[in-house]
Amino acid sequence: MADKRISHEAFTGELRDGMTIGIGGWGSRRKPMSLVRAIVRSGVKDLTVVSYGGPDVGILCATGQARKVVYGFVSLDSIPLEPHFRKARQGGTIEAVEYDEGMFQWGLYAAASRVPFLPMRAGLGSDVLTINPHLKTVDSPYDDGETLVAMPAIHLDLAIIHMNRGDAAGNGQFLGPDPYFDDLFCMAAERRVMSVEKIIPTENLLDDGTFHTLKINRMMTDAVVEAPNGAHFTECTPDYGRDEAFQKQYAASAKSDEAWDEFYETYLDTSSEAEYQERIRS
Amino acid sequence: MTDIRRSDYCIVACAEAFRGDGEIMASPMGLIPAIGARLARATFEPDLLLTDGVSSIIANSPAAGSAGADNVVEGWMPYRQVFDMLWTGRRHVMMGATQIDRYGNQNISCLGDWQQPKVQLLGARGAPGNTINHQTSYWVARHSDRVFVEAVDMVSGIGYDRAAQLTPEQRRFHEIRRVITDLGVFDFETADNRMRIRSLHPGVHVDDVVENTGFDLVIPDDIPLTRPPDDAELKLIREQLDPDGLACREVPDPE
Repeated sequence: MADKRISHEAFTGELRDGMTIGIGGWGSRRKPMSLVRAIVRSGVKDLTVVSYGGPDVGILCATGQARKVVYGFVSLDSIPLEPHFRKARQGGTIEAVEYDEGMFQWGLYAAASRVPFLPMRAGLGSDVLTINPHLKTVDSPYDDGETLVAMPAIHLDLAIIHMNRGDAAGNGQFLGPDPYFDDLFCMAAERRVMSVEKIIPTENLLDDGTFHTLKINRMMTDAVVEAPNGAHFTECTPDYGRDEAFQKQYAASAKSDEAWDEFYETYLDTSSEAEYQERIRS
Repeated sequence: MTDIRRSDYCIVACAEAFRGDGEIMASPMGLIPAIGARLARATFEPDLLLTDGVSSIIANSPAAGSAGADNVVEGWMPYRQVFDMLWTGRRHVMMGATQIDRYGNQNISCLGDWQQPKVQLLGARGAPGNTINHQTSYWVARHSDRVFVEAVDMVSGIGYDRAAQLTPEQRRFHEIRRVITDLGVFDFETADNRMRIRSLHPGVHVDDVVENTGFDLVIPDDIPLTRPPDDAELKLIREQLDPDGLACREVPDPE
């Protein structure tokens, strides 16, 4: 089996302006934040960010790297409204594509399944169709007379996800309560990069969970980055909970440009993920 | 019997919204809906499925918002399973509403023009899919004319006028069952599906509701009072479902 381990620096080297990047996790839960921080360090711009959004979206809005955000919601969970995303929307600095969260899943599933769209009922009658004039309906070819939303595939250039454990071959394991949609993000993407709390030998993958927790197999990943505390400050159950104090500090940094500059300089303007981890400890 | 609080009426009204639902998933968003759904399950609607608010389906009814040490887990309900189930229709969600109009259109997306909103809220979340697929109710902790508006800025969850524009096949699973607030209970059981006062909580005058609603409600000649909890329900609320009295912090008694 190929050894897919790469560094955060090597990941940074893959990034290009204008990419469409899908980010796994959900809200402020098990987000691949170390890879998001690597995106920040890379300085790439004009990104389309596709996410069940949390601080991943907020940070890339605040740095000005996200040109477009595709979302069903953006939330920090314990802080319901993501202040940086909010600021970007209210300031008109990003282009937005808002879907029902089930439509969003169907879009990833269509891309993963290599079909142009999937039919569904969600969206009918709502303003999600009004604000997304590119969405079309489709008439059932059968005798039922149904007209449904044709949810178009959401193709990703790159998917990034964070798992609790993984091996060097790119198998990944979630140990928390919910796998979210990380496998779908990977299957909808050209390039798939998984960060994990800890890389362990393949023969130890069942030490902490049953085989049902091996949601990500190596066909779904191209590269693995070891990132202890990599989801910080989002939660990564059972390895650690959300760093609520830090999240509050992050949220408060949306209050002014000065506050954001200070947050950015203190935590994100680093030369490496290791430096970030040092700074949050000090 | 201890005094019945305004919040108790809200809890009972939330519970009543789930009456008759049977073996489906109740998805209450917020504390009082969660206590209400647990009360329904613990009394007249025993087959309801309820989660701990994360990913476990729990068979017992511990205090809403408790840490979960006493949970009896009967199943697994991660988000993807929630979506799968809601598409089957075996679900009744009780969501919040930043804005709601006379036909039950709900907005949780943004205030102002969606293209560049004055206030960005959560986003549509699951509201479009929920409302087209299964029964939906709403909980509003502060009844005001900022929430009950003439027209919502964005239709996240669809109401009856939007459903009426769809084909019978498209709208066949649409049902907005109840809207419950700190003042009363509302439904759409009128000829043209406009919002109606179903009951008022004791101590609330119809004028209080009218003043705090930004559109004309259907006001029946005889408006019933929201039913109080019976002794057994009150005991469940006080001793089991909300022992710390969190509900009356969300909806305090009127002064």
